[in-house]
Amino acid sequence: MDPRLPRMLKDAALTVLVAAALGIFIVGFRTVDVGSRTGLSFDYHFVDLGVALIVIFFGRLGLSLAATGLRWPAIALGIAMIAAGASPMKLPSGFLHWFVTLGGVLLVIRAIWPWADQAIVAAARTPTGRVIDQIGTRWLGWLLLGLAIVMPFTPFADQKTMDLGVLILTYVMLGWGLNIVVGLAGLLDLGYVAFYAVGAYTYALLSTQHGLGFWVVLPLAGMLAASFGVLLGFPVLRLRGDYLAIVTLGFGEIIRLVILNWFDLTNGPAGIGSIPGPTLFGAVFAETAPPGKQTVSEMLGIPFHGIHRLIFLYYIILLLALITNIFTQRMRRLPVGRAWEALREDETACKALGINPTNTKLTAFAVGAMFAGFAGSYFAAKQRFISPESFTFIESAIILAIVVLGGMGSQIGVVLAAVLLIGLPEWFRDLGNYRMLAFGIAMVLIMVFRPRGLIGHREPSIRLHPVAPHPVKSGGSG
Amino acid sequence: MAEPMLAVRGVATFYGAIQALHGVDLDVAKGEIVTLIGANGAGKSTLLMTICGNPRARAGAITLDGEDITNLATHEIVRRGVAQVPEGRRIFPRMSVFENLQMGATLADPAHFQHDLERVFAMFPRLGERRDQRGGTLSGGEQQMLAIGRALMSRPRLLLLDEPSLGLAPLIVRQIFEAIGRIAREEGVTIFLVEQNAFHALRLADRGYVLANGRVRLSGAGRELLANAEVRAAYLEGGHG
Repeated sequence: MDPRLPRMLKDAALTVLVAAALGIFIVGFRTVDVGSRTGLSFDYHFVDLGVALIVIFFGRLGLSLAATGLRWPAIALGIAMIAAGASPMKLPSGFLHWFVTLGGVLLVIRAIWPWADQAIVAAARTPTGRVIDQIGTRWLGWLLLGLAIVMPFTPFADQKTMDLGVLILTYVMLGWGLNIVVGLAGLLDLGYVAFYAVGAYTYALLSTQHGLGFWVVLPLAGMLAASFGVLLGFPVLRLRGDYLAIVTLGFGEIIRLVILNWFDLTNGPAGIGSIPGPTLFGAVFAETAPPGKQTVSEMLGIPFHGIHRLIFLYYIILLLALITNIFTQRMRRLPVGRAWEALREDETACKALGINPTNTKLTAFAVGAMFAGFAGSYFAAKQRFISPESFTFIESAIILAIVVLGGMGSQIGVVLAAVLLIGLPEWFRDLGNYRMLAFGIAMVLIMVFRPRGLIGHREPSIRLHPVAPHPVKSGGSG
Repeated sequence: MAEPMLAVRGVATFYGAIQALHGVDLDVAKGEIVTLIGANGAGKSTLLMTICGNPRARAGAITLDGEDITNLATHEIVRRGVAQVPEGRRIFPRMSVFENLQMGATLADPAHFQHDLERVFAMFPRLGERRDQRGGTLSGGEQQMLAIGRALMSRPRLLLLDEPSLGLAPLIVRQIFEAIGRIAREEGVTIFLVEQNAFHALRLADRGYVLANGRVRLSGAGRELLANAEVRAAYLEGGHG
C-alpha cells in the first residue's frame, strides 16, 4: 500500500466529478425529434455516461500511478481496460467498447513511454542506430516520394484510397505553400484560404465563360493569386504577431463574402458548376468525347475506366506539390529565401544588414499566395463544382495546423502532418461524428509528445557530440 | 579637419513626447576611430540608431560624405556603406554561423564572398571552427565576434558598433577591442563606437565624445579624455575598466 494512493484516489474522484458535471448534459441527455405534434423529447444515456466516468476514474488513476513511477500497476490497469473493451460484455453502443479500449491503450503507452524513450535514445547511440538515423533523415523524403509515385499501381488503389491520396496531396501542397509565409518568413497568415479561393474562381470563371483550358489558366490563376497576396501584403506590412493574424483573418473573410455576394460574377452561394476537368494533351477524361475532342482512352487505345481520371488527377497534384517543394527548397538557398528566414528571426537585425523588409515580406506573401492559386485552380478542376462553402475559415485553420504540427519550416513534417490530420479523419469516417475525436486526440498527442512539431525545425547539420542527452537550449542574445 | 565622412549637426530625437537628444553635433573623419561614451540613458544608443534612420531625427541633419541621409530608410543607409553591429548582438540564433555571415553579405558582390569569408575566419578563428553551429548556441563572446564578422561581410566604409563589450568577460572584452583596432588599421574601415566601457573605448579611439542627458558634454582626443578629471570621476572610477 503506497502512502500516495489516497491522494491519487481523491484526485481521480475529483476528475470524475468534473467530468460528470460536464458530461451529464453532453452525453447524459440527447434531444430526439419525435414527430411534429410533440416536438422534441429526451433520450437518456446514463449507462454511457456511467461507463465513461468509470473509464475516466481508472484512466486518471493510472496516469497518476504512471507519473509517480508506479508503472507496473498502471500497465496492469491499462491492460484490464483493453480486455474490458475487447470483451463481449454488453454495452449500449459499439463506440463505448472503442472508448474503453482506447483509454487502456493510451494508458499503457503513457506507462511505458519513459522506457520507450530511453530505449530509443539508447538505440540511437549504437552504431547501427546512428546509421539508421542518418538513412532516415536523408532518405525518408525519397522513400515517401517513391511510395507516392507507385501508389496508383498498388492493389490498394481503389476509388476511396485514390480520392484520399488526392485530398492529402492537395493539403500537402497548401501546407508547403503556407510554409513559405508562416514557416520561413514567420508571418502568421490566418486567411490563406482566400488565395485558394481566388485560384479556384479564376479557373472556374475562365473555363466556363471563356472556354480556356486548365493548363492555360493554371499560370494565370497563380499570378492573380500572387497579386492578391501583394494586395494583402501592403496594408499588413507594419503589423506583427497577433495584429497581423487578425488582419489576415479579416482578409480571408472579405474574399469569401465578396464571392458570396457578387452574384453577377460568381453566382453567389449557388456556386459554379460543370467546370471542365484537366485534359491530357487536349484529350478529355470521359466515356464519350464532346464534339471536336478526343477521349484519353481513344487516344491511348485502352478501354475506358473511371479510375483513369482519378489517377491522372493524382499525378497532377503530385506534380504541383513537388514543384512547390522544389521551388521552396531552391528559394531557401537564394538570398531572398535566406532573407525570409532571417526576417523571422530578427527584423531589426535584417534592417541593419540592408534588407528591405517591405519587399521581403511582399515576396513571401506573393509566392505563398501563388501556390495557393495553383492549388485552388486544381481544386476547381477536380471538383467540377465550387461554391463559397469550400473556402471557410476552417480550411485556413486546418492548413495552418498542418504547418504548425509538422514543425514550422520543415517540408517533410508538413507531409506527415497532412497524412495524420487529413488522412486520419477520412479513415475514421466509419466512426461518424466521433472521427473528430480521433482528430482531436491526434492533435493532443502531437502537442504532448512533439511540442515543437513532428519534425522540430532546423536541426544543426553538424553535432559536436553524436547524441546530446538533452537538447541544447538557445543561449540568450543579450 | 577635412570634410568629415559622417557629420551629425544639431540632431534632436524624440520618443513620442520625450526628447532623448538635444541638438547633438558630432564628426567622424575617414579612417578614424571615434567613440561615444556616457552613462546609462544618456542617449548613446539613440544617437547610433538615429544615424541608422530608426528613429528618425526630428530636427538637425546627418550627412554621409556630404549626402543627406537624415530621412532615408535604414536599409537605404546601409546600402551606402554603413554597417551596424547592433546592441545585444542580434545574430540570427537558429541560423548557422555560415548562414549568419551569408546574411551579412546580402548587399555585397557575390564574387567577393569566399574571400571575405576567409578574412572573417582569419580574424576570428573561433567562428571558422564553429562554421556550421547554430548562432544561438555560441557563447556571448563568440556571438559578438559573429555580429562583427557579419557586419564586415558587407564591406562597409563606416562601421557602427553599439556596446560590443556588453555582458562579456574582461578577457573577451580585450579580444573584441583588439579586433576592432585591427579592423580600423588593417581594413581601413572608419569606426564609430558607442561604449559604456569608457576605459577600453578611450584607449582605442582617436577621438571621443562624452554624452550626458542627450547633449555632448565633452569632446577631445581619446588620451586627453582618459586623463580628464571629470571623465575619470564620472566614468572610470565606477569600476568599469
